[in-house]
Amino acid sequence: MSNEATLHSQQEVMHGAHDHHDHEHHHEGSFISKYVFSMDHKMIAKQFLITGIVWAIIGAFFSVLFRLQLGFPDATFPWLESILGHWAKGGRISAEAYYALVTMHGTILVFFVLTAGLSGTFSNLLIPLQVGARDMASPFMNCLSYWFFFLASLVMMASLFVQTGPASGGWTMYPPLSALGDASIGSKVGVDLWLTSMALFVVSQLLGGLNYISTLLNMRTKGMAMTKMPLTIWSFFFTAVLGVLSFPVLLSGFILLLMDRHAGTSFYLSDIFIAGKALANEGGSAILYQHLFWFLGHPEVYIIILPAMGMVSEVLAVSARKPIFGYLAMIGSLFAICILAFLVWAHHMFVTGLNPFLGAFFVLLTLLIAVPSAIKVFNWITTIWKGNINFTPASLFSIGFVSTFISGGLTGIWLGNSSIDIHLHDTMFVIAHFHIVMGVSAFFGMFAGIYHWFPKMYGRFMNQTIGYIHFWVTMIGAYLIFWPMHYEGMAGMPRRYYDVSGWASFKQFGGLNEFITIVVILVFAVQLLFVFNFFYSIFKGRKMTTQNPWNATTLEWTTPIHAGHGNWPGEIPEVYRWAYDYSKDGRDFIPQTEPIGPNESAH
Amino acid sequence: MSGFLAVLVVVLIFIVIFQIAKASEYVSILKGEKKAREQSNRINGFLLIAFLVLGLIGVYYCNDLLKGKILGESASEQGEGVDTLIYVTLAITGVVFVLTQIALFWFAFKYQEKEGRKAFYFPHNNKLEVIWTVIPAIALTVLVAFGLKHWFQLTSDAPKDATVVEVTGKQFNWIFRYPGKDGQLGRRDFKNIDPTAGNELGLDWNDPLNKDDFMPTEVHLVVGKPVKFVIGSRDVIHDVGLPHFRMKMDAVPGIPTTLWFTPKFTTKQMKEKTGNPDFTYEISCDQMCGSGHYSMRGVIVVETQEEYDAWVAKQKSTYSLTHEAAAPPAGAAADSTQKTVAANIK
Repeated sequence: MSNEATLHSQQEVMHGAHDHHDHEHHHEGSFISKYVFSMDHKMIAKQFLITGIVWAIIGAFFSVLFRLQLGFPDATFPWLESILGHWAKGGRISAEAYYALVTMHGTILVFFVLTAGLSGTFSNLLIPLQVGARDMASPFMNCLSYWFFFLASLVMMASLFVQTGPASGGWTMYPPLSALGDASIGSKVGVDLWLTSMALFVVSQLLGGLNYISTLLNMRTKGMAMTKMPLTIWSFFFTAVLGVLSFPVLLSGFILLLMDRHAGTSFYLSDIFIAGKALANEGGSAILYQHLFWFLGHPEVYIIILPAMGMVSEVLAVSARKPIFGYLAMIGSLFAICILAFLVWAHHMFVTGLNPFLGAFFVLLTLLIAVPSAIKVFNWITTIWKGNINFTPASLFSIGFVSTFISGGLTGIWLGNSSIDIHLHDTMFVIAHFHIVMGVSAFFGMFAGIYHWFPKMYGRFMNQTIGYIHFWVTMIGAYLIFWPMHYEGMAGMPRRYYDVSGWASFKQFGGLNEFITIVVILVFAVQLLFVFNFFYSIFKGRKMTTQNPWNATTLEWTTPIHAGHGNWPGEIPEVYRWAYDYSKDGRDFIPQTEPIGPNESAH
Repeated sequence: MSGFLAVLVVVLIFIVIFQIAKASEYVSILKGEKKAREQSNRINGFLLIAFLVLGLIGVYYCNDLLKGKILGESASEQGEGVDTLIYVTLAITGVVFVLTQIALFWFAFKYQEKEGRKAFYFPHNNKLEVIWTVIPAIALTVLVAFGLKHWFQLTSDAPKDATVVEVTGKQFNWIFRYPGKDGQLGRRDFKNIDPTAGNELGLDWNDPLNKDDFMPTEVHLVVGKPVKFVIGSRDVIHDVGLPHFRMKMDAVPGIPTTLWFTPKFTTKQMKEKTGNPDFTYEISCDQMCGSGHYSMRGVIVVETQEEYDAWVAKQKSTYSLTHEAAAPPAGAAADSTQKTVAANIK
């Protein structure tokens, strides 16, 4: 099989002549070039994943801390003072610390874990492997993408340790609260560090995203038409497009905020009296920031959920031994979601005083997203119908994903309808909605991906029993935590409340908050078990003995167990068919690399 | 010490789970991979169906437990529409929820891997795709149509006779202002704000309309009479949340917003209705506004016209309060101006 030399000529330059080399020992560089500033997409994927895991532990631990305050507002935990110092005097988290924790929890989970950790890991790992390329279009840019993310991480981490604390105005960083140091202690140097970190993060996302797009558009192996790509790749494609088009808008919003903070401009500020004096700023609009923020912010939730959708589609097909149902409809619905994602941002702003006529269009477009989402759900369910499902931890997490995506998606129909949103906006109902639909679901997709492709990454398996415990406790726990929150929201209990005991309308939920906190601690402990399983299995897991442990059709399983830089020792295999020929013509699976037989039925 | 013990216990539990997990891996190798796989599929298949059944029971139980704690009947006329829409949406999404979850877990259970079973090669079916594109589209059109009808009602202009109350957010409480007898709020400018002189809102004392404006610590409303809130903020973004009335609107510095509603029940009636002697209509702040966000509580008292009139009669105008304290004669003068203004309006 010959590769189109033109497509890969660039890599020939990068890797030297590789046609007559043993690729197992191809890039036996120094420790630094192999593990640190690596340009191998597989290593960069692992770097993203492990950094993401570290952030996930920190971000989730923060949620345990603030849930302690919510669940036990009157109790004191002396050990809190020993880790948080004056932020938890006497063992009770202060309001300032509570809001800092809430803000950092959101920022870390949304951006550093579910954006960088999720699509950073799997786009990097799977795009070259599944489209049949030796590496990314630009391995160097890819390496830079990780290191910009790492720098962003360092700056964000540093902000946790400054005297005035990290940013604490909520992960959306709305001005004027975030613009004025006098409005909140976290808006002093904390917000500067937050903005710097996020700017670096945007650079990382753009470098990564452009690379993903150019790789999968230009470097597919021979025969790999767009319509033969696995759905994972389609989802990474749309994810990258969303990111590339929306992150720059976010950055522009941040730059204006930075100028309002330090250059005396009034983009977002007007008519403000604070700390005993009236500010000179006039004519700005605090709402402008919200438009700029949510123009990214809404696509961002799809940046988080699309990769999970793609991986779940793949894992469900592999474990049910059935083709994904409605492949083209799946691509079409991804495309529709991608377009609509840009047209619905103002549904986060129904109660800002938005023109009601304009709001009506956002209601229409928002509820329209439910149609492609419904198509995807029905297609997943049909995929497992009449299948022959093997319940690996990956397939359980995929089934869990579909369940939580339904539960959380349906409440989106409530919130997208502006009249209902008036009542539920910024209440615990919203917390329940987006944690189920993009928090838990995205994590389930990520876990499915990790369990499924762990053998590809490390040549070993993760422990299945711990995987099952991890799935069941997380699945049950997630519903126990977030399901009752809908009721708190229906009662009007606002989100981001440090203490509800002073409220006649909300203090009735004290017992429920206590229950939720206990479940949170349990679920957090089980995630640590997963992390342990992950690192233990890297070194001690059961060894992979066959190239293709799941009997999957896709190209990544045609590479050697420990693939070197360049992925395939010989030439890149040619592709003849789509990725979903499972149980066709009485055969369990037909790899993509097998030519179409003369008597084969058409699909 | 107890903290140390707790950590120790957790670590021990971890080690036990880990050892069991490792042992089970060895056992599965001993038993043969095929047998271990069959067993784990049976167990997980059973757990999936158990999760479905217990989950649905749990959903019912949770509702039973908590339905009394959500707000009950809307306390405003406009909120009734919101509640109806919630019920319609609940019915539609509820049916979809139950059916899809049952299908998902039932199929997973039923089609678990079994010796000799062959998966059915079923890559696509255009008829099915059309069905489940069109049906959700129709259901959503209905929801959008209902939703927008209510949305335009809720955001319509307040009736001309509505009581006007100005609500201004600041870190961390609400400032209320009533227009007084003239029915009009006087001019204000944030540059005039001077809390030490009692001018929290920067009222312009040269504007005669300001002379009768009064600023109570609670909002009082007349039952059955529409009220319009003119909402603003002095510093950061706040949000006037009125859960009992199903209303909400951001308070944005520099950009005034409004909302209006008609209260249906007096506070006293709600105390009886809910059986809760401490019942209070509360204004919550629903937009993160700083460290005191959670304590930004306002109180609304809904009462009869007579009670309201009696309350209004007792209120002193902010002008008289601030100016009397400083210079009593000026206050008296102000009082007379106020009367002239009122007379002029009448």
